[in-house]
Amino acid sequence: MSIPGVSEMTSPGTPLAPGHAPDRSGDPVLEIRGLCVDYGFGDDAVHAVADCDLTLGRGRVLGLAGESGSGKSTLAMAAIRLLRSPGVITGGEVLFHPRPASDGEPATTMDLLAAGEEQLRAVRWSEIAIVLQSALNALNPVSTIGAQFDELLATHRPGLGRASRRDRAGDLLELVGMTPERLRSYPHEMSGGMRQRAMIAMALALDPQVMILDEPTTALDVVTQREILEELMGLRDRLGFAALFITHDLSLLVEFADDIAVMYAGRLMERAPAASLFRAPRLPYTYGLLHCFPPMHGERYRMEGIPGSPPDLRDLPPGCAFHPRCQWAMPQCRQDVPKLEPLAGSPREVACWLHRGKATAPPELKLPDPAVTRPRTAPVIDTSAERAV
Amino acid sequence: MNTLALVPNVGAETPVLEGRGLTKSYWVKRNTGLLARRSRLHAVDDISVQLMAGAVTAVVGESGSGKTTVARLLARIVKPDTGDVLLDGQPVAAARSRKFAAQVQMVFQDPFASLNPVHRVRHHLARPLQIHHIADGDVDEAVLQLLHRVALDPPVNFADKFPYELSGGQRQRVAIARALAVRPRVLLADEPVSMLDVSIRLGVLNLLADLRDRERLAILYVTHDIASARYLADTIVVMYAGQLVEAAPSVSLTDSPAHPYTQLLLSAAPDPERRERPQLAARGAPPSLLAPPPGCRFHPRCPHVMEICKRMAPPTVTVSTGHAAACWLHVDSTNGVVDGVGVTPTTSPSPQREAEVQRPP
Repeated sequence: MSIPGVSEMTSPGTPLAPGHAPDRSGDPVLEIRGLCVDYGFGDDAVHAVADCDLTLGRGRVLGLAGESGSGKSTLAMAAIRLLRSPGVITGGEVLFHPRPASDGEPATTMDLLAAGEEQLRAVRWSEIAIVLQSALNALNPVSTIGAQFDELLATHRPGLGRASRRDRAGDLLELVGMTPERLRSYPHEMSGGMRQRAMIAMALALDPQVMILDEPTTALDVVTQREILEELMGLRDRLGFAALFITHDLSLLVEFADDIAVMYAGRLMERAPAASLFRAPRLPYTYGLLHCFPPMHGERYRMEGIPGSPPDLRDLPPGCAFHPRCQWAMPQCRQDVPKLEPLAGSPREVACWLHRGKATAPPELKLPDPAVTRPRTAPVIDTSAERAV
Repeated sequence: MNTLALVPNVGAETPVLEGRGLTKSYWVKRNTGLLARRSRLHAVDDISVQLMAGAVTAVVGESGSGKTTVARLLARIVKPDTGDVLLDGQPVAAARSRKFAAQVQMVFQDPFASLNPVHRVRHHLARPLQIHHIADGDVDEAVLQLLHRVALDPPVNFADKFPYELSGGQRQRVAIARALAVRPRVLLADEPVSMLDVSIRLGVLNLLADLRDRERLAILYVTHDIASARYLADTIVVMYAGQLVEAAPSVSLTDSPAHPYTQLLLSAAPDPERRERPQLAARGAPPSLLAPPPGCRFHPRCPHVMEICKRMAPPTVTVSTGHAAACWLHVDSTNGVVDGVGVTPTTSPSPQREAEVQRPP
């Protein structure tokens, strides 16, 4: 079971107790450095992800926002080596820091991009689990939920007997608000929300440290979406995993993420605490994006959104990829690509020439940071009964 | 069964397009072999909507609530089991005639699927012009005019493009231009922006708003996104499990929702302005339309459910001017008089209201 470079895994049969409360909360658990991903080779290659740096803190929720084709899913898939052909990782490193062993000895960091198949097998699902958007495609349509849990636990927890595997699968379903009877169901017999809950239960089965949530609720109705996100965040508080939450819906991230990173045309453009990003964006694109969501309260007024449309990755404009749509574009924006760099005196980063050198940022992009971040309390989740009718 | 139209009275003006008591059910096959049987799926149940000239009416609901079926019934693509569609107050013949199509046009959800990939933009716009004998003299000029109307400028650049050369927003604009080609007075837009990127959705919504204001089009906007309905629509109707539950001017509906289901939808919608996490007003999922619950269809999920909700379908109650809801909470139980002050301004019920409500066991 012990593989070099990987911390000792949770012993078989460990109940899902709040034993892994993040005592080292905020320390990096997943560090993406200079990641580059191309689709295709040579001169025709499309740079889907270009030179991205992103750090996920232990027990934190990092939101990754961007429009379709901005490379957010590609970034996450490449980082955990699930990228499919014709995607090619052309550079960078992804450092995974396992949790320290129980005897206090620090665990060795591993580079996922350099790891071999065996090392990856040990990390995937046990340490880094993923929840995909389409649960109907991700679940096996011809076997029951129970059989899929059983296969998973039998493979990764060979010490468990058949009965304890079943018990554990039942516990996991209860954790996400379903009854253990659902183990006998096939995916098609369940509603979309329940399928997604089953997916989350499966992802949690081996008590991972990192959850990749790739548009986990996009296909669901708003009520189900909120139920599931509340549950996920409650589980995060109890189990202490870190989450990389990918979605196109920035308004959702403002409510549920600790930090938000914004991607545009394959590059990370801004990263900030959620409240700061929402109240005081520094990037013109973020500013525009925030003004694309009509408000639910107050006076109705005409909003203009962002002019133009996202660029074609095969034919990116020179300089900053956003400059053709940017109302504050300067001559420099048309020539040089801005790098994601920290802003002086704040815990945030932005890739924009307006905040560099002698340039003066417009007042809209200089709003003061909110002083206190909103307290995040775990909603009380009643997991005693299956809620879906 | 309530037969009242759940529509705010806009005045004496005749609606351009009106649906009256539209009901549609589908027969679906369940199980196979010896157990096979056909069951009736109640997709849309006794729905009335009025589309006024120069106004946007939004239909909001979750998936499966029947909102797309309503749009299709109004477009005469789907034949209702019972109920009528009226154009300018006159019943429309059962068959979908060219005359009707010239007045009522649809815009579909997926602009990647609704345009023919082997034809240029020009072809998509010229066909309806030729079929309906509009602009017989100069079709090319009319095509450019159409492109200009949907703000695809300069039009000459777009006329000869294929759909794959356009972005999602541009494609949806072409689809809208195609619908406008026959000079309709009603546009039925079924989730026109849900497949588009966030940053270009507002552009298409603003285009619909301009068509309403400049050309006095009557527009039906079907959506699951209540925030965008509030932004664009003059009137919002909320559907649940095939029925209308609430109808009101859009700001009135979102600021003071009267029906518990509308309150639930609003509490679940993403809202970055919120200071704290909302408490969901109810949980669970919509009922199966094969065997909808008796009484009010929302009662199994309703936090304010009363005995009567389980037995009888609620009547339509006017809670304030132009604001109607189908809910027993707004009916005075002793004499059946409409309780005009029962609108709960927030998503949580007033203490008084809560006291008179019986909790489910």
